[in-house]
Amino acid sequence: MANTGKVTAMTVPSLDIRGLAVNYELADGTVSAAVSDIDLTIMPGQIHALVGESGAGKTTIGNALMGLLQEPGRIAEGVIRIGGKPVDTRTGRAEGIVPGKDVGAIFQDPMTSLNPLFTVESQLCETMRFHLGLSKRQARERALSLLNAVGIPEPERRLKSYPHQLSGGQRQRVVIAAALCCDPRLIVADEPTTALDVSVQAQILKLIRGLADERGVGVLLVTHNMGVVAEVADHVSIMLKGRIVESGPVDRVLGAPEHPYARALIGAVPRIDVKLDRLLAPSEENPSAAAARRKVRGAAGDEGGGAALDVEDLRVEYGGVPFLPGGKSKAFRAVDGVSFSVKPGEIFGLVGESGCGKTTVANAIAGLVTPTSGGVRLSGEDLASRRRSGARKALQMVFQDPYSALNPRLRIRSALAEPILFYKLAATSAEAAEDAAVLLEAVGLDRSAGDRYPHAFSGGQRQRIAIARALGPRPRFLVCDEPTSSLDVSVQAQILNLLKDLRDVTGMSMLFISHDLAVVRQMCDRIAVMKGGRIVELATSEGLFADPQHPYTRELLSFAPSLDKIARPPAPANGASL
Amino acid sequence: MLSAIASRLSQALLVMLAVTAIAFVMFRYVGDPVAMMSREDATPAEKAELRRSLGLDRPVLVQYGDFVGRVARGQLGVSFRNQRPVVELMAERLPATLELVLVATLLSLSVGVPLGVFCALKPDSAAARAIQTLSLVGISMPTFVTGIGLILLFAVVLRWLPSFGRGDVVSIGGWTTGFLSRSGWASLILPGVTLALYQLTLIMRLVRAEMIDVMSSDYIRFAKARGLPPRYIHFRLALRNALMPVITVTGLQIGSLIAFAIVTETVFQWPGMGLLFIQAVSFADVPVMAAYLLFVGALFVLINMAVDVIYTVVDPRLRTRRA
Amino acid sequence: MSTPISTAAPAPSRRKRGPRVPPSVLVGAALVAVIGAAAAFAPFVAPTNPLDVGTFDLMNAELPPAFMAEGDAHFLLGTDNQGRDLLSAMLYGARVSIAIGGGAVLVAASVGIVLGLLAGYFGGWVDALIMRVGDVILSLPTILLALLVSGVARAVFPEAGTAQWAPVILIGAIAIHEWVQYARTVRAATMVETRKDYVRAARVIGLPSARIMARHILPNVLSPVIVIATINLAAAVLTEATLSFLGVGMPPTYPSLGTLIRIGNEFVFSGIWWIAVFPAALLVVLVLGVNIVGDWLRDWFNPRRQAR
Repeated sequence: MANTGKVTAMTVPSLDIRGLAVNYELADGTVSAAVSDIDLTIMPGQIHALVGESGAGKTTIGNALMGLLQEPGRIAEGVIRIGGKPVDTRTGRAEGIVPGKDVGAIFQDPMTSLNPLFTVESQLCETMRFHLGLSKRQARERALSLLNAVGIPEPERRLKSYPHQLSGGQRQRVVIAAALCCDPRLIVADEPTTALDVSVQAQILKLIRGLADERGVGVLLVTHNMGVVAEVADHVSIMLKGRIVESGPVDRVLGAPEHPYARALIGAVPRIDVKLDRLLAPSEENPSAAAARRKVRGAAGDEGGGAALDVEDLRVEYGGVPFLPGGKSKAFRAVDGVSFSVKPGEIFGLVGESGCGKTTVANAIAGLVTPTSGGVRLSGEDLASRRRSGARKALQMVFQDPYSALNPRLRIRSALAEPILFYKLAATSAEAAEDAAVLLEAVGLDRSAGDRYPHAFSGGQRQRIAIARALGPRPRFLVCDEPTSSLDVSVQAQILNLLKDLRDVTGMSMLFISHDLAVVRQMCDRIAVMKGGRIVELATSEGLFADPQHPYTRELLSFAPSLDKIARPPAPANGASL
Repeated sequence: MLSAIASRLSQALLVMLAVTAIAFVMFRYVGDPVAMMSREDATPAEKAELRRSLGLDRPVLVQYGDFVGRVARGQLGVSFRNQRPVVELMAERLPATLELVLVATLLSLSVGVPLGVFCALKPDSAAARAIQTLSLVGISMPTFVTGIGLILLFAVVLRWLPSFGRGDVVSIGGWTTGFLSRSGWASLILPGVTLALYQLTLIMRLVRAEMIDVMSSDYIRFAKARGLPPRYIHFRLALRNALMPVITVTGLQIGSLIAFAIVTETVFQWPGMGLLFIQAVSFADVPVMAAYLLFVGALFVLINMAVDVIYTVVDPRLRTRRA
Repeated sequence: MSTPISTAAPAPSRRKRGPRVPPSVLVGAALVAVIGAAAAFAPFVAPTNPLDVGTFDLMNAELPPAFMAEGDAHFLLGTDNQGRDLLSAMLYGARVSIAIGGGAVLVAASVGIVLGLLAGYFGGWVDALIMRVGDVILSLPTILLALLVSGVARAVFPEAGTAQWAPVILIGAIAIHEWVQYARTVRAATMVETRKDYVRAARVIGLPSARIMARHILPNVLSPVIVIATINLAAAVLTEATLSFLGVGMPPTYPSLGTLIRIGNEFVFSGIWWIAVFPAALLVVLVLGVNIVGDWLRDWFNPRRQAR
């Protein structure tokens, strides 16, 4: 694309924000500030990352720029210039700029950003025909060259495709092409790779970096992932409660953060390069936690020298029952011959991309799905035959989504007491309630938390409660299925530390499942890498990261966005907390 | 795709099996056919002979198979009430009902869709609120109340429109139509509006709800972020997404329109199948009831298949499965 | 968790706002309450007993409402063709209509909830069986199925049309169609809840299925049921009225609102409009009130709204 105004374009900022504030004016007259005092400058070709934890207000800034602020949000004050063009904010919304022409947008989920009823061609060309006044043929030619530019093979054929015919990565490429099609000065990318697997994420990040460089477009990258920031951004602003607390070049800010919050946030990011005994996390334990934790020490450790858990040639198939007699049976083999064993007191990691079968393995071990074949033995006893007996309590599970992990209609105390009473570990409900209170203390919460319902707690607190519930039956083995992947990074660090502490005190074993290599490295003693329902590599944690054997492991490691590029402060002494 | 068709067909088959089974049970067990067909003073031996000649002594499944065979050949028996073949009776009444349902469907779509879109796009306007409230009144009015109200106003008080019958009909190859005469059209207005009103409010509320859902979807947000004009987003993009479920519902509603036609036809003495059916119900005229049931079942299956075909045409996700 | 790092700014307006009930809903609820109370206490409120044949006099037949010239102050809304006080007949009729509608909703909801829970929780052939039966039933419109049931009932059971048995037949005829809607909704909600981690956790603990369904899933799938039950009450009252209007519902000796309208319909052309119009108005107002409340409940329980 010929860019005639290149000289001026390179000196005028793509985005210049001074003193932006966005308020939500509620029906009862109260005004809450979503973001305030925002200053931000992005030069052409620069990628500026906006990071922060959920609720920090980063998405609000992006929406304000694209004119997508949700009611009752309005721009209260501030000066915005996009590519030198002033934005009229007097009405509370961004006016005077043309979304799509002056600002391009990339959304989080490529599966839902494209309209399922229209072809790629129609969705790419409509924007150009409206904004650039191109004819059908001209728009089509330009769409072709755009698809080429974003790396979609066979663009001719792809133009005629519907979104459902493309993979997630291809759809995100189409979304990027749509964002670029009118040569905007600025692109707002809101979590553009969060919904993608790491390998696709790496490609999309590379594409965005390349496009910024080649086309001189400024990119505002909204993300919660520090690894992504380190990977592609030039500048970064860290947000807390609607304000930018620290801003500067990525190397400087990530390498030597000044603001205490920035230091804490970056410190809490699990490192992939070196294993620490504990993650840096703000301590929130009350003094009774350690004492309570000793009380929950259960039956663990009474086994002989054998393995805590044996999984032998596990296979799980889904579907396969034909609807009509004679119909084709299409069984999907989610787990295809997986074997491993976990030693007593060990944390065993299972990593892989989405769809690799790791969660199915966890479900099969916990008895949530019935294996097609193969065996699972807990301390030498076949779990299948023990299903009906009370001995099932020896294995418990912690799940991914803390928001759905607790029954919203049950008080915390009842939720914790239920398994205790069910397994007859307490004689009376008063005893069970006391047990529940001890469990709450053990996971770092107050005893009084039992009186409340789940909605009164944050995501991290809910995950603590879910862990407490799993500890109730005094299990010897804990299955953790992505226990921190829906949590903010600082909360993640706290939960990971808690799990480690619990293992140390109770001596129980764990199966720890995650897609995040850095988290697995921090948590696990040994790690198995899964792909397509099989284990492709199994090694000690140190061995796997130091010297990966299987090509797929090497690929995963190379794709994982990490902070390694940035010179970081030396690892602090073990067990440190802020 | 093949498995989708197979599952559709099997469901259609299931519906037809169930409907014929109900119809069979009605024929066989509701009202003893022997008692109905034999003379008052028949001896037990004569009754047994009749039972054998009717095949009623054979296994139930054989009788059912026989029944299905007869249904497939169009032999639906003779009406108890007026001693004429049921098929003949139904065929006479079919055009009246179908014309009424057609008019009502077109009316409810052509008014309901635009109103729904309007209410979704301008949810806070006074007009939209008024329509929304009126629509609640609409679904709260039973068809017969609407009909009586319209008759009172337009036939009794104002004397503008006829309140019963079809007016003058023209017969074209056995199909009697009211579309070709002035009085035919005049007679159609009140029953047509009566029948359409309830469906109209349903469609309006459905379109509104779907449109609001679609407008908050990611792909419409993305279209807004690309700066496309609102008119284009509303009518070219969002409306198309919003109308997809309307196809299904309209299809299903045609079935219930036929059913509601029973009420409308009663109120307006419209000589259609509904009137025939309701008379059959009050006289326990089993063959007519069973035949009507079979007809509605078959119609439902046909409409469902038509909806599926339309869906595969308009929804690319069904049309093209492979990348 | 009182450290600065973990307390991110709360998203604005995430919490559900307190129930602010719009005036139209209050009016709707009030209408339902007044009509419901008047119907429930009809024997005490109504001027006469319309079920007692001894009390009415054919001499009084077809009197217009009291406010019209020939009206009689004793009969506020006039009389019907048998000389019954129309207001009393309407109050007793509303009682019958509400009782049958409510009964049908109760039966349909109980059956639907249980079957929906089973289908959603167990899946597989249990689900397939329940849902296929539901599909077949839904392929027949409510009114047709109800007509068939009452028609067949009348054919095999001559008592079916009597005041004693007609309500039972009507409740069955309406509920046989309506349970499917509850079952479908509860099934869908149950499938969502079953996949949630708190149910999976309960299964890992090893709780029996019946207990998981009753204690964990049921309370979390009930809110859509409340909405459907409200809207369905309106629909059931309408269906009952329609059946009675068509002559296969309540007999004229024990009339529901629909029966009264049926009687009145024969007199519409002779200018005696009140016998049809007053019961019809009461029916529409009652159903409208229920629908207004149901509509608001539906918006209120809409998960999208709560998420915002």
